[in-house]
Amino acid sequence: MASSAIASSSTAFINKKDVGLSAFSPQPSFSVLSARKRIPKKIVSVMTPQQTERKPATTGSVKTGMTMTEKILAKNSDKPEVSPGDNVWVNVDVLMTHDVCGPGSIGIFKKEFGQNAKVWDREKLVIIPDHYIFTADERANRNVDILRDFCTEQNIKYFYDIKDLGNFRANPDYKGVCHVALAQEGHCRPGEVLLGTDSHTCTAGAFGQFATGIGNTDAGFVLGTGKILLKVPPTLRFVMDGEMPDYLLAKDLILQIIGEISVAGATYKAMEFVGTTVESLTMEERMTLCNMVVEAGGKNGVIPADKTTYDYLEGRTSVPYEPVYSDEGARYLKEYRFDVSKLEPLVAKPHSPDNRALARECKDVKIDRVYIGSCTGGKTEDFMAAAKVFLASGKKVKVPTFLVPATQKVWMDVYSLPVPGSGGKTCSQIFEEAGCDTPASPSCGACLGGPKDTYARMNEAQVCVSTTNRNFPGRMGHKEGQIYLASPYTAAASALTGYVTDPREFLQ
Amino acid sequence: MAASTTLSSSITTFKLSPHQPRASSVFNPLPSVKLPSISFNNLFNPLISRCVPTPKSSTISPLRSAASSTTPEATTAATTFHGVCYVVGDNIDTDQIIPAEYLTLVPSNPDEYKKLGSYALCGLPSSYQTRFVEPGEFTSKFSIIIGGDNFGCGSSREHAPVALGAAGVAAVVAESYARIFFRNSVSTGEVYPLESEVRICEECKTGDVVTVELGENRLINHTTGKEYKLKPIGDAGPVIEAGGIFAYARKAGMISSREA
Repeated sequence: MASSAIASSSTAFINKKDVGLSAFSPQPSFSVLSARKRIPKKIVSVMTPQQTERKPATTGSVKTGMTMTEKILAKNSDKPEVSPGDNVWVNVDVLMTHDVCGPGSIGIFKKEFGQNAKVWDREKLVIIPDHYIFTADERANRNVDILRDFCTEQNIKYFYDIKDLGNFRANPDYKGVCHVALAQEGHCRPGEVLLGTDSHTCTAGAFGQFATGIGNTDAGFVLGTGKILLKVPPTLRFVMDGEMPDYLLAKDLILQIIGEISVAGATYKAMEFVGTTVESLTMEERMTLCNMVVEAGGKNGVIPADKTTYDYLEGRTSVPYEPVYSDEGARYLKEYRFDVSKLEPLVAKPHSPDNRALARECKDVKIDRVYIGSCTGGKTEDFMAAAKVFLASGKKVKVPTFLVPATQKVWMDVYSLPVPGSGGKTCSQIFEEAGCDTPASPSCGACLGGPKDTYARMNEAQVCVSTTNRNFPGRMGHKEGQIYLASPYTAAASALTGYVTDPREFLQ
Repeated sequence: MAASTTLSSSITTFKLSPHQPRASSVFNPLPSVKLPSISFNNLFNPLISRCVPTPKSSTISPLRSAASSTTPEATTAATTFHGVCYVVGDNIDTDQIIPAEYLTLVPSNPDEYKKLGSYALCGLPSSYQTRFVEPGEFTSKFSIIIGGDNFGCGSSREHAPVALGAAGVAAVVAESYARIFFRNSVSTGEVYPLESEVRICEECKTGDVVTVELGENRLINHTTGKEYKLKPIGDAGPVIEAGGIFAYARKAGMISSREA
C-alpha cells in the first residue's frame, strides 16, 4: 500500500526506511519502541492509507518544491532554497522570553557580550512575565524585577509588566500567559520566525510562521546577534478532513495525533496541519493544535495562513508580513490522514501525553479536581466551551473546579462576553451558578506546579482532569498526583460528575 | 488574588563552588560577532538535530584537560569518564530532572547554579529508591546517568542540563533524546548527551561502576563486565568540551576571543 508520493529522485535526505507511508508501518529510524507498545488497541483506526497526491517532476530541473517550514527558513536565511538537514543561520523576527528563563538568558547575554551591550533590536524582543507572578516567593518576584530593570536599561518596546501583585487589573500592561499574549498583541505573523525560551512557543505556528522553543544560552546568543543556527527539519503532514462533531475540540485532535505517533514521534520534525477540518478551526483552536506538537517531540507545528488568520490579525498588527505556503511538489517525510467525523472525545492518562484513551473508557476513574487554564486550554473559547457544558447540564460541579484565564484579555472576556444560548449570561455567571471557583488572576498558574503557594497547585496526591498540556509525574505539583489531559468540554463534563466523563453525556 | 502563606524558603547565600558555570564571568567590552553565512555550516552539522545519522567516524581529539573536570569521580584522562552510574527509564522529562518550583533559580548566577545541582532529578517518583543527590548535598555521587528513550522531553528549561552538570554529571547515556534537551546540553557544554546503540538502561543498575570512553565510543560496566557501543557524538563533542557554544565559537575564531 505504500504509494510513491515521495518518489522524486532528488529527495536525497529521505532515508529509504523513513518513507513509511502507513500510520502502522514501522516507525522511522527514531527509536520509539517503548512508547509504541502503549498505543491502545481499542482506538478504531480512522486513518486511511496515504494517497498519491503528487507526481514526480518530469520536466527536468525545475525548482524543488518546499514545505512552508522550509520556505520560511530559506527566506530568513537569505537562501533560494533549503532542504531538511541543512544547517542555516536564520534571522529572528521575534524573540520572546519570560520570568523563568529571561533572567538566565539576560545573564548569559551580559556575560558574553559585555555589561554595556545592547540587544540586537529593541523592537523585536518581547518580554512577558507570566509564570510565577502571584506568589510571595521572593526569588520569583526578584526575577520579574530583573526583567523590568533590563527592559528599562535596554528601552525594550514590548514589556508586559506587572507591579501590583495584589490586583492584576491595576496593571494595564500586564497580559499573562506568553503564548496567548503573543497572539493577542499581534506578535504572531505569517511567514516569520519566532523563537521563545519556552517549549510551547510552537503555539504560534497556528499563524503560519516558524516558531520553536530554545534554551537560555541560545537565547543569549540571539539577544546579541538576532540570529540562530537551525537545522531545517523534515515535515510530517497531517491531513484532517471531515466535519468536526460538536462534542470535539482541537485538544481531542492533537491528543489523537500524539497517541498515534507517540511522545517522540515527531522529534526533530515539523508538523504541518492541513485539511478541511483545520481550515474550519478558529485561530484559538489552531493554537491548541500547534501548542502540543512539542509533546510529540516536534520542533515546530504549522498551519497555512488563510482568511481566518488575516481576520484575526486585522487591527492587531501594522507590521507587514508575507505568508508562505507549501509547494505542490513539497516533500514530506510522512503523511497521516484523519477522518475527524469519526473521532471521539479523548484523554491522555497519567503520566504521558501519548497515553491515549477514549474519555468514555475512563468513566470509572474518580477524580478530585478539575483545572481549566494554561496556554493550551485557558483561552476565551476554552472557557466558552466549558460554560456551554455547564449551561447544557444545569447542574453543579461535584469536585473543586479551578479556572485560570490565560491572559487579562481572556479574563475580561470571561466576565463580559455573553455565552450563546444562555440568554445573555457571561461565562463567569455560569461558572458561579455551577459552583466553580472564582476565575483567578491570569498566569501560567498550576499548569507546571510552580512555587508552593501557587493558586490551584496540586499539593496532595490527587486525581485531576486538566485542560493543560503535560501530565508527567509531579507536573502540577505533587509527584504522586495523577493528571488526565482533556478538552475543556471533557474537563467540564468530568467536573459535573466527579468522574472522567465523555462530554456527550451533556451535549447531546 | 492574595498569595497564601506557604512559601518555599527564601535564598540563602552559599559559598562559591570551586567549579562555577564553565565559562567564567569575565566582563569584556562588546566583542564583535562574525556570523558566517555558509562556510561554517559544516562545522555544526550534527550539533542541532540529527535526523540523519551522525557521520560514521569522528574521532574526538582528547583536548579536555583534567582541570576542567567537574566530578570527583572523573579522575582519569581527558575524554574518559569514570564513575558510579544512576539508571533511569524512558521519557525522563524535564519536570523530573528539575521540578518547576526550582526554576526561580537563575542558572547564570553562580550561587543559584550550585543550588540547582542539589535538586537534580529530585522529581523522580518514589519508585526510585536511591536518591540521586543526598539531602544536604549539592552534588551527586553519581557522575554518569543511564537512561532509555526520549531523555529530557518536555520543557525547554535550560535548568535541566544545568542542574545535572551542577550536580557533577559528566555524561548522560540514553537511547535517544528530546531535541531541546540535547541542544541545551551542547549549547551550555554542561553534559555530554551520548546515545547508546542498544538499550542498556535495563542491563545496568544504579551503583554500577562504569567508564565512558568518548574516543572509543564505548561504555564499560565494570560491575557486570559488559561493554556497550555508543554512537559518536560527532562535531558536538568539541563544543561541549570547549564549555558550550560561546566558548567554542571563540576558540574557533567565529567571535573575538577574550583577552586572558
